[in-house]
Parts: sequence; structure tokens; C-alpha cells
Amino acid sequence: MKKLSSLRKHKFALPVLILVALSSLGFTFSAATAAPAKSQLAASAKSTLIAEGKELFLKGCSSCHGLNAEGGSIAPSLIGVGAASVDFQVGTGRMPMADMSQQAMRKKPLYTEEQTAALAAYVASLAPGPASLTNEEIEWERDGNTAEGGELFRNNCAMCHNFAGQGGALTQGKYAPTIMGVEPKHIYEAMITGPQSMPVFSDKTITVEEKLSIIKWIKAAEAEPNLGGASLGRVGPVTEGLLVWTFGLGLLIGIAVWLASKAR
Amino acid sequence: MANDLTPLSDPGLPKHVHRKADHDPKAEKRAEQQVAILFALSAVGTILFIYSYIFIKTDLFVFLPLLGNTNAHQLGLGMGLTIALLGIGFGAVHWAKTLMSDTEVIAERHEFRSSDEDRSEFVKTVKERSAEAGLGRRSLIKRTLGISVGLVGLSPILLLRDLGPLPKKQLEETSWRTGTRLVTDPGDRPIKASDLEVGAVAQVLPELRMGQKRTLEDIGKDAVLLIRLRPEEFQLDAERKSWTHEGIIAFSKICSHMGCAVALYEQQTKHLLCPCHQSTFDVTRAAKVIFGPAARPLPQLAITVDAQGYLIAQQPFNESVGPSYWERSS
Amino acid sequence: MTARERVAGNVANYVDERTGAAAWIKKNLNKVFPDHWSFMLGEIALYSFIILLLSGTFLTFWFDPSMKEVTYEGSYLPLKDVEMSAAYASTLHISFDVRGGLLMRQIHHWAALIFMAAIVVHLLRVFFTGAFRKPREFNWLLGIGLLTLGIVEGFLGYSLPDDLLSGTGIRIAEAIIQALPVVGSYLSFFAFGGAFPGEVFIPRIYTVHILLLPGIFLALITVHLMLVWYQKHTQYPGPGRTEKNVVGYPLMPVYMAKAGGFFFIVFGVTAFLGAVASINPIWLYGPYTPGQISAGSQPDWYMGWLDGLVRMAPPLETHAFGHTISWNILIPGLIIPGILFTGMALYPFIESWITGDKREHHLLDRPRNVPNRTALGAMSLTFMIVSLINGGNDIIATHFDLTINQIMWFTRFGLIILPPLAFVITKRICLSLQRADRELVLHGRETGRLVMLPHGEFVEVHEPLSAEKKWTLTQHEQPAAIELVQTDKGGVLNPKGIRAKLQARFSAANAEVVAKPTPDEVKQLEGGHH
Repeated sequence: MKKLSSLRKHKFALPVLILVALSSLGFTFSAATAAPAKSQLAASAKSTLIAEGKELFLKGCSSCHGLNAEGGSIAPSLIGVGAASVDFQVGTGRMPMADMSQQAMRKKPLYTEEQTAALAAYVASLAPGPASLTNEEIEWERDGNTAEGGELFRNNCAMCHNFAGQGGALTQGKYAPTIMGVEPKHIYEAMITGPQSMPVFSDKTITVEEKLSIIKWIKAAEAEPNLGGASLGRVGPVTEGLLVWTFGLGLLIGIAVWLASKAR
Repeated sequence: MANDLTPLSDPGLPKHVHRKADHDPKAEKRAEQQVAILFALSAVGTILFIYSYIFIKTDLFVFLPLLGNTNAHQLGLGMGLTIALLGIGFGAVHWAKTLMSDTEVIAERHEFRSSDEDRSEFVKTVKERSAEAGLGRRSLIKRTLGISVGLVGLSPILLLRDLGPLPKKQLEETSWRTGTRLVTDPGDRPIKASDLEVGAVAQVLPELRMGQKRTLEDIGKDAVLLIRLRPEEFQLDAERKSWTHEGIIAFSKICSHMGCAVALYEQQTKHLLCPCHQSTFDVTRAAKVIFGPAARPLPQLAITVDAQGYLIAQQPFNESVGPSYWERSS
Repeated sequence: MTARERVAGNVANYVDERTGAAAWIKKNLNKVFPDHWSFMLGEIALYSFIILLLSGTFLTFWFDPSMKEVTYEGSYLPLKDVEMSAAYASTLHISFDVRGGLLMRQIHHWAALIFMAAIVVHLLRVFFTGAFRKPREFNWLLGIGLLTLGIVEGFLGYSLPDDLLSGTGIRIAEAIIQALPVVGSYLSFFAFGGAFPGEVFIPRIYTVHILLLPGIFLALITVHLMLVWYQKHTQYPGPGRTEKNVVGYPLMPVYMAKAGGFFFIVFGVTAFLGAVASINPIWLYGPYTPGQISAGSQPDWYMGWLDGLVRMAPPLETHAFGHTISWNILIPGLIIPGILFTGMALYPFIESWITGDKREHHLLDRPRNVPNRTALGAMSLTFMIVSLINGGNDIIATHFDLTINQIMWFTRFGLIILPPLAFVITKRICLSLQRADRELVLHGRETGRLVMLPHGEFVEVHEPLSAEKKWTLTQHEQPAAIELVQTDKGGVLNPKGIRAKLQARFSAANAEVVAKPTPDEVKQLEGGHH
């Protein structure tokens, strides 16, 4: 029978947070040894970033989220959501919302990467929350395991995002979007912050390594060629049935009409 | 019965119109060539099939419009077969249409009813023969035969009995016991309350005892979804509230309607949706059904923490999980 | 005599001396088959069945119908080392490690979908043209039997690979069995050899899928075809075509070439679909486990209407005396389909009771000339389509910016409102078409050419119809209502009161037609009065 409690490979089990911590430690170390003045410089650079972020926030976000990000009647408080949340929402173009529709859609980001970072730094400065990541920090190719990722994906993601990550319907017009073509860091940030309808997937119940495996599987699904011909959207039997009734039977009936007509 | 107005008169079969190929030798020749070309095309298809089978690598991909990045081996085989079959098919039909006689012929129909003579003869024969066999008189034989034939049908039905065991208590019981730890699925790691942030979910199963193996039948009954809300968001009665722990609530993941896994949790609305038939459950009100065909809430698992702070079941499920059945009492 | 003729003669002689078949074959080589595209629909189904037998046999060479757990070691990397059932692993093996295996799997599945679709359109053709009337009621019943078996056979095939999607389908089937009053949980435990999913279900349905049901199919199809052969095919009305004859092409050679050619064409189109369009990509679904599910889990289309009905069912369950009855499963899952299929099977008998018509019919009806039947067909079809739409409501919702709740409410009401509406509209359309036919016969075809008469009036030139066309439009008989006989000869109240009243009521509705032109009317107008 199925044994789900398969032993994990601990070979690559270095959580990314440790990696991040190590690298930042290394950075601080090298900065400290090179010139003590540099850390002061970094600190002041950070405060300028926050100031810049605050300015952007007041211009672009405060009308809904409040002057101090405390939230309003139409938008939630951003205190404590962390940089990860900002990076995800703004970086995928979901925020600022174009209109008050059912849910924020992925679209072309309005802010540049630097501006997004500034906004994230500002929101992170309000209260501690999950930190944002860069694509380089997420070593999914090295630390993930595709097959394991598939198991985790089917257990935790497929019920909303469909078996191939094509997205699916939720209640009252909400939907789980397709996750094809989403940057790895954004997938990761979505899992730890739980944007909109999506719940949070804690690092304790789905470990960092497991999250990387999920990303690796998603990327494999994204890159997977159409092994059996046109994919028909990878949404299951509905499009197959549609094709049979339109193209399949349509063509056959057309041929039958030709077959039964008199030649001239 | 039918108000059959005298119809117009039937003009009879229309005059046969000859095809071009019937009187024009050139057209005939052309049709013949077309048929031959179609048959030859079929042969080309078969060659493509053989070529693809032997020479195209199975891991070769080509990009085509509409099809995307598709497997060349599979496509070559398929198209070869398609051409081979369609060539023969279209060739044969074209041949029949253009070169074989297209003069319609008429066949007469005959009523299916037998002649009265035959029918009365038939009835007479049946009567005579059955009288000879004494079917009318020997009622004892008839009755015992009827009973025994009826009974003989029971044997094969009885033989099916050993297809499976009786359900006994199996539909009511799960592996959850008082004090069973909740472990992640997959991963089998025990969970502390603090592992879940507000808004987090986790798929869990009961911890395995030493030497125990988890079967699909177990998963089909034991799968549980953990959700953490703010405690003040619940609208539960005191008992159900006592089944939660610091805002963490646990429901059977097996739909109370038809047994699909219900795990589409919407963090903002606190609704759980089943993707099979779209039953929607309100987590804040103990998974009350608010939409769709399910008639019962998802069973709630009472949870608490043990001495080490790991989440455990307070008690087994107090009702059967999964779809309804006749013996289910509530 | 050429060498070839000599050989053919010898073979014929050899066979005939041992079977006496020459007379029979001679007669049947001249068997006449009317030619019409709509008579090929059943053939599409027949040929798909042959394709299913051929491709299915190929698949059995590698498929391992076992639910034993194995670890996947094949060439599809995203599932490497994943634990799964042998059935799923061997389906992956067929798909990726047998050359042409995926093509055959896809042909098999596409052929199954075409098979079912062809059966349905064939059934619609037979229904709308009244081909089920005496003497063909047996064949109608056989057809309904084949349709029902086809649904079951298709579902079993869909279930065999033991992937996440098909396992979900089995789970739902199990819930339907379990919902049966009194015996449900017992039957479920017998079928699954214990608790769901167990380890025996797939081997068991495999035997049913590849042996039992195909065997029954072969037998029923054979009888179905023998009856068509023996009773001779129906034909559309037209000049020279009567109830007493059949006009068409002889079996040898025209029909043989066309039918034989069409087999290759159906196979070719199926192969084309198998080559270019992915179907049931089980490697993406993953192996089945009861704890997992994918968004948008659907059955194949021929089960989609059932799933749609189940989705829209009201949340009704009865709990009494320590027992539970799941109306939310029984009504959409068993009772409604039961009523639909029983009604369909009984329809020929119901219609002949209403019309009182016990004669043989070999000329088909033009659907417009039997408005009630046509409207009833449209009504049933609407019911099915509304249910089917709800079966895909999640996919429709995401692709057309709707909500599943909207579609669900629309179909819940639509299921009650739209079918009667379809009935009324279709009947109206039929009657207007009858009126149009009448106009056409009496006044000819509008040419669109305007002519100025000597006194200045403009009239459109009407081109009179050919005698053939006029005949085709008027050859049918029009039904008359059955008079309700209130009393029998002795003046006593009719003992069959209610039944007779009902019959009179239905037959009166059936007799609502636009009177077709009489020969006198036609004669009067002949000579081209505008």
C-alpha cells in the first residue's frame, strides 16, 4: 500500500533561511572588515529606501490602505504583512488594483523593481513580517525534488490551482489563478503570505525544502512539452468533450454528407 | 383514423442524371487517377509511420502552431497512420461515387406479418405439442419446475457473497483515537499550535503507531484539514469551541456528500469548497453547508495539545466521516 | 476465362458445395441500401467500436490491472520514485516506454468519446425521423440498451488507469452505491472487497471492461445489425419511394465500397485526433489517493450530464429511525436517469398508443410534420444540455468570467423552465415550417425577381415547384385526433374512461398541424397566379 511517510533526503536540506542568514552574515563580515564606515552607509541607504517607499506609499497606496497603512473600509491593514507580501502583490502587478473587482489580477507591474523594494522596505519597517526574497535566493533547482514536489503540489495546491497549475474556480466568482509563468520568488512569497483567498502554508508544516520542491515541480510542469499533442488547456475532460462534438463529430458528419451526395 | 386527404400523385423516381465520368472519357480517366493518387497517398502514410517508428527518436520535440512543443515521434506515427487510413477511405468512397454505377435500384418490401394460414398453423402446432407434453395437466410438475428454476438462480447470486466482507463498524471508525497526534501529510511530522500562523492550513493524518502502515483506505477516512483562524472569528457553541485549540479547527477532509477531498479553503471568506460538486462549507460555523448539494457539515475533529505541545485528537470523530449510507444514524 | 475468374469460380464452388451459400449470397449482394448522410451516424458508432476493440487489445498487452503498490522507475521523470498502483505505472509505461503506446491510448480514448457521441446523434436521428415505429421497436430497445452499456463501459475504461481523476470518479460511483437504501453499504463492500478503495476494484472492473461488456456489446450489435438487414433500411420520403419499396444502391459494389471506405475514414479521423490532441494526460493527474483532488475534476462528457445533475441537487437527506436516505444523491444519480431512460425505451409504445397507429412504417417522417414528437425531443435534449453545462460549471466559470454559483442557479431554474420552453418553441417552429411548405407548394419558390405588370403593379415572380418537390412536401399523412367514445354501444359509460380521455387528449394535441394543400387547391393555383 501507499506509504506516504517516505524518508526525506537530508542531503540538500539546508533551509534557504539559513542560506540567507549565512550570506548576509558573510556580507556583514566582509563589509565590516573592509571599512567600518560602510555599515553606516548601508544603514543610511536603508533609511533612504524606507523614506522613498513611504513617499511612494503615500502617493499610490494610502488612499485605500490608509496614511499609516492601518487599513480602511475597502483595503486591509498592511502592518505586519511583511516585505514578502508587498513584493508579491506589487511585483506581480496585483497591487495597486485597477478596479474593485472580485479579486486582484496578475498584470504588468506598475512599479519598477527598485520602487517595489522601497515599498517593501517601508511596509517591513512598520512591523516585522515575512521578508521578501530574490529569485537567486530560492535555490529550487538545486534543493528541490520534482517528484516530491508533485506529491506536495497534488496534496496542497492542485485542489485550487488544478492538477497542472492552470487555475480553477472558487466560490462567487473568485478563482485560483494559473501559476504558469510566475516567478519562483513570487510562488514562494505566495505560500508564506497567503495572498487574498489563498491560505498560508507555514514553514513548519511545509518545510522550506518542500516549498522548493513544489516550485521545482511547477517549473517542470511549465516546461513540459505537449507529450500527446495539443494540450487543450490541461483542464481535463471538458475541452476533450468539446473537441469531440465540434471537430470530431463535425468532421465525420461533413464527410458523411460528401459520401452520400451524388457525384456530378 | 388519419385524415388521409388524397395526396398529389407520386411522379415516380426522377430521371437518372448521368455524371461527367459516365459519358466523358476524360473525366473518367481523371476520376480514376484521383482514386489511384489517394491509394498511393495511403502507402506514403504507411512509409511515414514505419519511418517514424524506427528513425524518429522518442525524445525529439518540434514546435508547431496550435500544437505547441510536441513530440515528433508520436506525431509522426499518428500522422502516418492518419494518412494511411484516410487515403484508403477517401479513395474507396471516391471510387464508389465517381466510377461505380450510380443508378439507384428499387427493391420491394414485404410485410413482416406471416400469412393467416401460417399463423393459425403455428398456434395449432404449439397447442398440440404442449398437449402432448401434458403441460396443461401436470400441474405438480409445472409447479416444482417453476420453483426449482427460480431457486437455481439464487446460487450464482449467493456465490457473489464472498466478493467482500460485511461492513460491520468500518464505515463508522477511523484511526483517530484519544491522544492521537496530528502529523503532516506528506512528511509525518507532528505539529505544534505555534507552527500555524493565522490564515494557515495544513493537511494532516493521524500519527502511525510503531510498525503500522498507512493504507489508502485509512487515508480515505482519516484525512483531516487544519485551519487556523482568529479565535474571535468563530461562531461556535461551547462544545464545538472546546474542540478547537487557539483558533485551530480540524475538519474531516472527506466530503460529507460524495467523499471527494474538500480542501479548497478561501482564507478571506473562511469558506471551504468541494471541487467535485461545489458544496460550500462555512468554517466559522462548524462547516455548516451554505451552498451546493451536501446535506451535512463536515465532521469536526476535537483537538487539543499534549504535554510536549503537539496537537492531538481529544477523542475520535463522534460521527461517521464521508458520504451517507443507510445505517448512518444522524 | 481468365486465370483470376477461374480461381474465383473454384473458391465459390468449394464454399457453396459445403454451405449452399450461393443463393443466399446472390440475394444479399443485391441488397439495397438507401443513401443519406444521416444513415451513416450509426456506422460511425459501429466503426468506433471496431477501433475500440483493436486499440483496446493492443493496450491489454502492457496494462497491468493491479492495485498493488509499486515504485515508478520509468522514463517520465516528474513521477520518478513515486509510489503508485501497478495499473497507473503500467499506463505510464504504455504512454512513454512503448513506441506508439501513447498514440494507441489516445486513439482508444478519442474513439470512446466519438463512439458515445455517434450513438447519441444516431439515436436523435432515429427519434426525430420516427424510425423507431413499427416494425423497428425491438431495434430501438436494443439501441437504448447499447447506449446505457456504452456509458457504463466508458466509465469503467476511464477508471482503469487509477490516476487522481479517475480515482475521484470511482469515489463518487462508490458514494452512489453506498447511498442505496438498505443494501448500499453491503454492495459497496462487496464491490470493493472491503473499504474504499481496496485492492480489488480495478482488477474486477478490468474483466468487466475487456470481456463481459464487449461480449454483450458484440452480441447486441450483431442482433441490431441483423434486424436492420432483415427489416431493410428505412428511407426518406421522395418521388418513387413508398412504404412498399426501398430505393438505393446495391450492397455490391457501391455500398461495400462506401461503407468500407467510411470505416477507414472514421479510423483515420480518430487517428488524427490521437496524433494531434492530447486526451486524458494521466501523467499530469498523478496517482490516486483519497486525500488529494484537483480543481475542475470532471467525468467524460457522456457522464457530464449526470455530474451536472448531482451538482445542482438540493441538499436533502432524510434521517429517521436510525437510518439515512440521501435524496441529494439518489434523485440526480439514479431516479432521474432511471426515469429518462425508461421513458426513452417506452416511447415507441407510448406514441403508437397515442396515435392509435399500428401499421408498419418504412418511410421516415420529416421532423416538422410531427411537431409534438420533435418538440418532445428538443425538450429532452434541452434537459440534457442544461445538465451537461452544469457538469462543467467550474471550467465555464473561469473561462467566461462567471461564477459557479450563478451557473448553478441558472441551471437549477433552467432545468425546470427551459425544457418546456424548448417544447413550445420547437412546436411553433414546426408549425411555421409546415405553413412555409404549404406556401411553397401552392405558390412556388420566390425568385426575388420583380416584374412590372402592364397596369404598373410590381410583383415578384414565383417559380413553381417541380412535381417531385411538390410530392416530397405533401406525401405525408396528417394525424387526426382519436374521437373520445364516451359510451359503449349499449349506452353504458366507457369502462376505460381515464385512459381513453388521456389518449384523446394527447392525440388531439398530436393532431395540431397546418393542413397540407389538397390537390384541388394546387390545381386551382396552377398557372402561376402571382
